[in-house]
Amino acid sequence: MEVQNSNMMKTSHLTREQIKQLARTSRREELGRNWYKFSRNPLSVIGLIVIIIIILAAIFAPQVSPYPKHAGPFTDFAHAKIAPNSTYLFGTDQIGRDILSRIIFGMRSSLLMGVVVLALVVPPGVLLGLISGYFNGTWIDTVIMRITDIFLSVPALMLALAFASVLKPNLWNSMLAVSLMWWPWYTRLVYGLATTLRNEYFVSAAEVTGASTAHILFREILPNTLSPILTKMSIDIAWVIIIGSMLSFVGLGVQPPEPSLGTMIADGADYLPDQWWIVVFPALAIVVIVLGFNLIGDGVRDMFGGEEN
Amino acid sequence: MSMIRFIFRRILYSVFVLLGLSIVIFIIARIMPGDPARMSVGARAPQWVVDRIREQMHLNEPLVMQYFYWVSDAAQGDFGLSLITQRQVTDDIKEFLPASIELAFYAALIASTLGIGLGILSARYKDTWVDNLGRIISYAGVVTPSYIFAILFILLFGFALKWFPVIGRLSDDVVTPRIITGLVSIDALIQGQFHTFLDSIWHIALPALALAMGSIAQAARITRSSMADNMNKDYIAAARALGIKEREIMGRFLLKPSLIPTISILGLDIASILSVAFLVESIFNWPGLARYGMNAMLYKDLNAISAVILVFGAAFALMNIIVDIIIAQLDPRIRLRSSRSD
Repeated sequence: MEVQNSNMMKTSHLTREQIKQLARTSRREELGRNWYKFSRNPLSVIGLIVIIIIILAAIFAPQVSPYPKHAGPFTDFAHAKIAPNSTYLFGTDQIGRDILSRIIFGMRSSLLMGVVVLALVVPPGVLLGLISGYFNGTWIDTVIMRITDIFLSVPALMLALAFASVLKPNLWNSMLAVSLMWWPWYTRLVYGLATTLRNEYFVSAAEVTGASTAHILFREILPNTLSPILTKMSIDIAWVIIIGSMLSFVGLGVQPPEPSLGTMIADGADYLPDQWWIVVFPALAIVVIVLGFNLIGDGVRDMFGGEEN
Repeated sequence: MSMIRFIFRRILYSVFVLLGLSIVIFIIARIMPGDPARMSVGARAPQWVVDRIREQMHLNEPLVMQYFYWVSDAAQGDFGLSLITQRQVTDDIKEFLPASIELAFYAALIASTLGIGLGILSARYKDTWVDNLGRIISYAGVVTPSYIFAILFILLFGFALKWFPVIGRLSDDVVTPRIITGLVSIDALIQGQFHTFLDSIWHIALPALALAMGSIAQAARITRSSMADNMNKDYIAAARALGIKEREIMGRFLLKPSLIPTISILGLDIASILSVAFLVESIFNWPGLARYGMNAMLYKDLNAISAVILVFGAAFALMNIIVDIIIAQLDPRIRLRSSRSD
């Protein structure tokens, strides 16, 4: 960001169109460089491919799943508890629904959960972190960070469960519950970065030239916190999906007959060990999603030059 | 002296955080639609009963006063009656907490020994097949939620190989030892019932391992990378140059500083093991607090929910203090800093 600004200053005799052109090529170069760093680790690329396949399957679930009807209120007791075979690749569950189809539809709500929760959590979390980091040492900082501490004093799952339990159990309320417990992680992350960044010369320079607080927060400090935020997001999405599956496992998430991986595992656990496929395939589906996002997360970390752990 | 002051300040801070947590819980409990008094007696109870309970629960007073009544009762260990069990929530917690603590204790034991052990091995045999195996194990541990491990372990070690039992705390033919601590294995050991002790360990092994897997992975990763970092430090090169044996370098000079990040992560992990135990306890039919809390949540049993969360919050805070003390002991820099800042 800073480099780009100085480039533009040096080239101020160029026409507006030429400057735009320069910015575009440098952005394209940066993209290429990032992709190079990301793809250096073949595992990250595998993770990316897996997740793209899963996302496509989830979007086109009605088209790709072999029995789309089985994702709804459907029963076929004549074909219940059939072991995996060529007709039902992953077998059928206790009331005769195709497990593969239900997994594909279940991934829909898992992915939706991950995306929606992060979309709800990151902006306020980052904003609060920026503010308390910039006003480090004032009462604003104290209030925000002490509230953050309170939320971080209990495992997120506990509070999310408690909050979800007083609401009507469904997918949207479980997203809300997880979101309410998740923002403090971003606040703390950005706070740590912002407290050091606010002492940098470019921030002081902006202050001296009379830049507004909003300009300093969003144009000077925020761009420099983006890579840790993005790295955290790429790993967090897997965590959110796990917590979402736990909520639905307990019965506080997606409600039947709509499929969700957590509920499928909870129901299937009753049929162990004879009908193992009812529980094993949804469980593996969660592992594959989480693995995929984690591999991508590692790639993103490589991309921004972060260290291991 | 400075250590006592350090501990005192940490405790004071935890009390503040717990008070804040109690406000959050109170707000959550009040968000719930419906009249708490009506819910506690059921739909059929006559109105005058509800009114009397409203009076007892201070529901006619302003919210701030309600909170003060609630939190001062809670501080004295009175969380009211549970809707499900119709007993004092405090009694329920006393009954169910020991099983959870026992589970978390063994999970912590497994996590720290296996995790740190694996990390040391990976660092010692860096870039060999041992290291690669360790890496695969830690990756699997990180990406697989504990409740999925629980199911896979039940299938593999419980049903297929029949190595471990999949349910309960003791075999049917083994008599439960007299309750002293509530931790079956410890009670058996105190009373010298060695057979009962082994039986309880045999029962707790699978759920504890399932809970520990994630922390094993974390601990191994962090131990490995911090040992690998420290391995390149000058003081290790100096020790080598002085001709100190590799074994002693590993054990005395490398391990201690390398364990500091591991312990701080493990401490938090172990505290959150208690909460993830929710699902593992229900899969193994383990009579712990987490399962009790889960039922409370499904039946909207507010008193029980609030109490369970506060207990978990307190456990989390306590673990944090313990971890801080251990780290201060291990790391002289922190000890000095905390005494100098006074």
